[in-house]
Amino acid sequence: MSLLRFFSNRNSSAAVARERLQILLAHERSELGQSDLVVRLREEILAVIARHVTLDPDKVVVRMDRGKHVSTLEVDIELPNEPMARAS
Amino acid sequence: MAKVLVVTSGKGGVGKTTSTAAIGAALAQIGQKVVVVDFDVGLRNLDLVMGAERRVVFDLINVVQGVAKLSQALIRDKRLENLWLLPASQTRDKDALTEEGVGRIIAELKQTFDWVICDSPAGIERGAMLSMRYADEAVIVTNPEVSSVRDSDRIIGMLDSKTVRAENGERVEKHILVSRYDAGRAARGEMLSIDDVLEILATPLLGIIPESQDILRASNVGCPVILNSPASAATRAYMDATRRLLGETVTMAVPSERKGLINKLLGRRAA
Repeated sequence: MSLLRFFSNRNSSAAVARERLQILLAHERSELGQSDLVVRLREEILAVIARHVTLDPDKVVVRMDRGKHVSTLEVDIELPNEPMARAS
Repeated sequence: MAKVLVVTSGKGGVGKTTSTAAIGAALAQIGQKVVVVDFDVGLRNLDLVMGAERRVVFDLINVVQGVAKLSQALIRDKRLENLWLLPASQTRDKDALTEEGVGRIIAELKQTFDWVICDSPAGIERGAMLSMRYADEAVIVTNPEVSSVRDSDRIIGMLDSKTVRAENGERVEKHILVSRYDAGRAARGEMLSIDDVLEILATPLLGIIPESQDILRASNVGCPVILNSPASAATRAYMDATRRLLGETVTMAVPSERKGLINKLLGRRAA
């Protein structure tokens, strides 16, 4: 960034616009990418478990929380209480 | 090799249709065989901007549905013999477009033309999706303001994931075309600068189109600006952008503020 631009852009509304956009887009890009990832993870986890256990697809919850330093993946699967039935 | 180019933006009113007409005409003037295809079903305007609104008989939907042949729907420009228009339907619903039908028409157009330029509707719905679906290259028209840049970012994400090329692990070559650029406001820090836009969107720049009365006038009379005002700054900018599309290296000129002495003294903004 040139010195001239640095001074001319300080306190300008364009500088505010630029900063707001950078924050917003960083957030939106990670969210959009995340929704795709979570959907894929959910499908694959479901497929693996369904190979061994009968389960209700609606009772599988996959959530991702993106933190600043670490993100957590939460997988919550509710299994029916009767003895484990083989799917195949 | 025919190229499919989509002109897109997400946001409306940024200059997609104007840019489609200008770039299409510029390519045709250089000697390329060009067809511009309007994907804005229900709200077509490319015919109007090109001055062909009274010559539309059949449209894209008619061809998709097999009611008309492609050759019956294509309209040849009266000024440039290399330039053709495939209009959108004004009455039909945009759901009449199918992915398979659009793919068939684009494949057919590619056999005849060097460039198939798809003018995307605003938004991210079906029409916009289908206009980019088969693209090899994309021009993302962006105004230097927050809502346009945000929408462009979204469109870039779609070009990288929802196109046939993306699904085959290839890339759609993307270019930013900054339009409605006002040098004075950018210099005063009232408008995002070109550097800001490019840094945020991380996509190479194709050209900078200045805000211009000549563009408005060209739309009023239904003639692409490069033909209507050949000596204007807007025409120079579109011609340079077009040559870059063809792979030439053209120095990028950032429009500078041209203020008359009187305006300067009175502190007025140049029109």
